Amino acid sequence: MSYTRFLAVARKELVHILRDSRGLVIVLIMPVVLLILFGYGVNLDFKGLPVYVYDREGSQQSQNFLKRFQSSEYFDVVRVVNSYPALTASLDDGHAKMGIVIPWDFSQRLGERRPVHVQALVDGTDDNTANVLIGYAQAVVQNYSSDIQLDWLRSRGQIAQPALVSIETRTWYNEDLESSAFIVPGVLALVMSVIGAFLTSLTIAREWERGTMEQLISTPVTPFEIMLGKLAPYFVIGMLDVTVCALIAIYWFDVPFRGSFGALLFSSALFLIVVLSLGFYVSVIAKSQLAASQMSLLATFLPAFLLSGFLFSIEQMPVVLQWITRVIPARYYVSVLKKIFLKGTPVASLYSDLVPLSLFALVVAVLATTSFHKRLG
Amino acid sequence: MSEADNAVSIEKLVKRFGDFVAVNAINLEVRKGEVFGFLGPNGAGKSTTIRMLCGLLTPTSGGARVAGYDVSRQPESVRQNIGYMSQKFSLYNDLTVIENLRLFAGLYGVPASLLQQRIDWALDMANLKGREHLITATLPGGWKQRLALGCAVLHQPPIIFLDEPTSGVDPISRRRFWDLIHHMAEEGVTVFVTTHYMEEAEYCNRLALIFRGAIAAVGTPSELKRKSMKGELLSVECEALGKAAEILQSAPGVMDAAVFGRALHLVVRDATAAIPQLEKHLVDHGLGTVLIEKIQPSLEDVFVSLTSAADSGKVWES
Repeated sequence: MSYTRFLAVARKELVHILRDSRGLVIVLIMPVVLLILFGYGVNLDFKGLPVYVYDREGSQQSQNFLKRFQSSEYFDVVRVVNSYPALTASLDDGHAKMGIVIPWDFSQRLGERRPVHVQALVDGTDDNTANVLIGYAQAVVQNYSSDIQLDWLRSRGQIAQPALVSIETRTWYNEDLESSAFIVPGVLALVMSVIGAFLTSLTIAREWERGTMEQLISTPVTPFEIMLGKLAPYFVIGMLDVTVCALIAIYWFDVPFRGSFGALLFSSALFLIVVLSLGFYVSVIAKSQLAASQMSLLATFLPAFLLSGFLFSIEQMPVVLQWITRVIPARYYVSVLKKIFLKGTPVASLYSDLVPLSLFALVVAVLATTSFHKRLG
Repeated sequence: MSEADNAVSIEKLVKRFGDFVAVNAINLEVRKGEVFGFLGPNGAGKSTTIRMLCGLLTPTSGGARVAGYDVSRQPESVRQNIGYMSQKFSLYNDLTVIENLRLFAGLYGVPASLLQQRIDWALDMANLKGREHLITATLPGGWKQRLALGCAVLHQPPIIFLDEPTSGVDPISRRRFWDLIHHMAEEGVTVFVTTHYMEEAEYCNRLALIFRGAIAAVGTPSELKRKSMKGELLSVECEALGKAAEILQSAPGVMDAAVFGRALHLVVRDATAAIPQLEKHLVDHGLGTVLIEKIQPSLEDVFVSLTSAADSGKVWES
């Protein structure tokens, strides 16, 4: 290993990056764009969902009932219509996510203490939203129901006895259940995958395509020096991007940061080694920029997106997929990121993620080093 | 000739790509300090041979020693002792002149104490002083070639391999490039250069003619011209050149006929006896005003003569 030769390769690689405007855009702007896109664009919170109401009774009591929906932050009673077709039309054209139909004998039945059925029509095109919506609606109705019960008991002079068992929930780690707090740390894994694997896979394949590799490998430089020299600038850039993204997450998206910055940098460095080596390995096999970019996206970006637990919870995946996620390095990195940001888990307790991540780093780095030979054809 | 006097020695070197034999058991010796030309048409196996000598391709069988090192077993020692310029221009186009030079100085491990001196030398040699900060892509072809040569010799290797260094370069730049090659040879550097330009081959101390993966002849340009022809050479100038070629191909005593520019070159056993016979032969076939004279063969004639033995239908393009 010659420091001079390593430095020569690294310096040249840095010039390539700085002189290529497309590369610069990916390196500098893409992380921020991805963060903003996911931070704002992907909103898994359900707040102010539009609700249309067809109140067939129009009594004081039905109004009180509807106020429960209105006062909930999850619903927004946008409009009261006066026909059933108008209600279904609002669901058809997407103006409403839910339609509520209050029967004409709502207050009468309540007065007679007979059960009342309130109809809720839910837009089920997005099953996740629909499920959440139904859950919220049931909770609102349940509360209303038990309040009426209590009122009735009180009015009869009985000691109002609220439910004997009730659950007091306290949400930890992401107290306000903000989805940005859940998503934004995971975006770092995406950014690293793109910077790490995608860009590096291009830079080496480009040398084969343009014929510069032939000149490069005719010199005494060793394969390891080429790899290290090529990856070093991307490593530095990757670490810078992690830092910038973390700062944006913390100060712009108000994502809580409870762990140590050192732990963040350490685990990011490990993950970078994995994706950089993977990108290098891919480009050695592919030898063309097009093939390399497609392979690297398939190997890193897609798994990081779909199987890392960044957006889609691993616990809810089919068992087979859950097993597959174990060989996805991004899974461990996303897990570490969430622990560091939201839980403040000390480094010593991160071993369940850091050990697999280190193993991946080792295996892929060895694979990359041994796959590259200074031979043509 | 002792082993130590050879910069390159090749023994039964073979390279196969699947069924195709690119280099077919060639033997060759290149002496220290000579400008050795490797001449042959495209696809003859020139680049494949040079790549094996630089350790970039593994020989299928046989072997070679470059600067005393075995190319198969000690490729890194070989690389430390050679400079290589590949056929396609392959410096980094997005780097400046000086950045390319610094890169290769670093790759060849030029010590810091010598760095500035060597880079100045290369800039001077390539006539690129004052153009250090130009982006390489913007340089004209001839300048790029000189820069590539500069990069390949920064570490002062005893042997340099140049694979068609002047292809696609204008004639004046080509001439200048050969001046540089000779200048280096004067300083004791062995130059192994491939070309398919016949006139360039004349600049070499010794030549090997390669055809279809095999060496057809080796020698100095004048040796080749003297020894490799099967007979004597006649030049025929007349108006209907195509028709004359047709007629003379089958004329008695003509061993070979090929069109060279505006003349027809014939190989005959005895020139003095053949001239009057052939003149008469042409007149008999209705072709007048003919000029037939004996000429000294060029390398091109030698090549045509040698390759027509192997392949009578093949026409050599210069």
